[in-house]
Amino acid sequence: MAVEQPVRTPVAPSGDQTRIHNIGYRTYDGPRLGRTYATRSLYSQSLRGAYGLGRSVKSKVLPMLLFVVMCVPAAIMVAVAVATKAKDLPVDYTRYAILMQAVISLYVASQAPQSVSRDLRFKTVPLYFSRPIETADYVRAKYAALASALFVLTAAPLLVLYIGALLAKLDFADQTKGFAQGLVSVTLLSLLFAGIGLVIASVTPRRGFGIAAVIAVMTISYGAVSTLQAIAEAQNSTGAIPWIGLFSPVTLIDGVQSAFLGATSAFPGAVGPTNGEGVVYVLVVLGLIAASYGLLLRRYRKVGL
Amino acid sequence: MAWITTVEDVTVIATESLSKRFPRVTALDRLSVEIGPGVTGLVGANGAGKSTLIKILLGLSPATEGRAEVLGLDVATKGAAIRERVGYMPEHDCLPPDVSATEFVVHMARMSGLPPTAARERTADTLRHVGLYEERYRPIGGYSTGMKQRVKLAQALVHDPQLVFLDEPTNGLDPVGRDEMLGLIRRIHTDFGISVLVTSHLLGELERTCDHVVVVDGGKLLRSSSTTDFTQTTTTLAIEVTDSDEHPDGTRAVREALHARGVDTHDSSGLPGAGHILLLTAQGEETYDLVRDIVADLGLGLVRMEQRRHHISEVFTSEAEERKEAAVHGS
Repeated sequence: MAVEQPVRTPVAPSGDQTRIHNIGYRTYDGPRLGRTYATRSLYSQSLRGAYGLGRSVKSKVLPMLLFVVMCVPAAIMVAVAVATKAKDLPVDYTRYAILMQAVISLYVASQAPQSVSRDLRFKTVPLYFSRPIETADYVRAKYAALASALFVLTAAPLLVLYIGALLAKLDFADQTKGFAQGLVSVTLLSLLFAGIGLVIASVTPRRGFGIAAVIAVMTISYGAVSTLQAIAEAQNSTGAIPWIGLFSPVTLIDGVQSAFLGATSAFPGAVGPTNGEGVVYVLVVLGLIAASYGLLLRRYRKVGL
Repeated sequence: MAWITTVEDVTVIATESLSKRFPRVTALDRLSVEIGPGVTGLVGANGAGKSTLIKILLGLSPATEGRAEVLGLDVATKGAAIRERVGYMPEHDCLPPDVSATEFVVHMARMSGLPPTAARERTADTLRHVGLYEERYRPIGGYSTGMKQRVKLAQALVHDPQLVFLDEPTNGLDPVGRDEMLGLIRRIHTDFGISVLVTSHLLGELERTCDHVVVVDGGKLLRSSSTTDFTQTTTTLAIEVTDSDEHPDGTRAVREALHARGVDTHDSSGLPGAGHILLLTAQGEETYDLVRDIVADLGLGLVRMEQRRHHISEVFTSEAEERKEAAVHGS
């Protein structure tokens, strides 16, 4: 196709340094990198944004603070282990995220809405979809970014524990296996929490509602599940405990890792799911992740322009 | 280039009995229109189907029937390729308040596929061209409506598209801001070489800015023609003559002479200098000669004889009325 462009002003040669030239409009003939590049750019921008990078100082405070709060207990445990020459770390790698679940939930609650609600609230979404990028690209970039941010948040303290354990000259093979199991567990946790957080946040353009709703879903479900499990234990119906655990994100991860990743369950009486029940846990976790992705796709197909 | 097509030959947008029906409304009804390069105005009342048309042209909403091409690419199959070459400025507010114009436009440039360095350079250039200087480093939240409109325009132009869709760019601007925005739109074509499709429900402002105007109403094409056609099909002449001793009221004498020759004059009351100005419809060259002869025969001086440009709005309302009448007769 040969379309004659109307004459455009060419680039002025750089002459006298002290004078400012009005160089007129310059066309762009450089590369256009397309969808994949745009999706990657959106991913890195959202991931940085999840820690307040490239945003105002005010928005850096909370994510950075939560990151520090996540890592400090690990550092203390390591210090204690090294100082007391303990034979093992005070906490399993897989257990760490379960202990710190409140911090993780708070992080999801604060960052999921900032990632998606802003675009909805300020109606920036149409600007994305009037570009080569498609609904699925946007959803994938946002989902991957928040899941990665959560992985950084949950894997960093495990790394602190692992390095500390090696410094304390604990058994290498044992520690490496535990660390690897911990990483698998937090990967699942990151995907699950990011999905749930984003689905809730994408429904409301108001950031405040988003934050409240995410916190409510995470803590209320955990509170209800723990209470029911405690009652079940008190009534000696331990068989019901693993099934009740299917109904909150944290207990789901707990169940998966105690069935398959060598973790001791945090359920009352440490009654983790059996292998058979564990399969159900894994299916539910994977199902929830897929469902979150599907719901996000549906949501953004609607908001379009 | 071996074969150069002249600008006039190229069709930028073409639709063929394009229809879009929602369960309860028909947004577009068998719209067929061809739009060439330059600045094209898309006029219609709110709900006339302007935004629906833009959505279809961006390949974001499938048409119920008919087809459309943008820059020679089919909207149904080549949506992504179209969106790479086209810019879009939405009607509503779309800017996050907590980032600066520079950061925002750089991000949008990268979303259009520009590499990081090019995105920064193009952003600086584009913001300068739309008239944003030092303020571009401040958060957008503190901008005036006019400045926000410029940022919205900049993000539509940053990737150097071949065509931009501007949806109601003058909305919410004061008269000065409106004029500046219209001037800028004109420059997008003349200086930047980018074709423009601009929507508005205000007809007067498009008359000054556009080369071509497409009028839609109720999803139907009402009219598509160049702005010169629009305002010249029925030329109104305004005539002012001197008085003489023989004819103390020269204007009346001319009017009577014209009536005697079977030429009607219009009621000019309400216009400035109403008593001295005669309005009549020019039927062609001979009307000018007739006026000249009559004035000369009466021995009067011809102070002025000029074309009054019609407002598009008059064309629009008269056609709408005709349509209404036709509908009444038809039923």
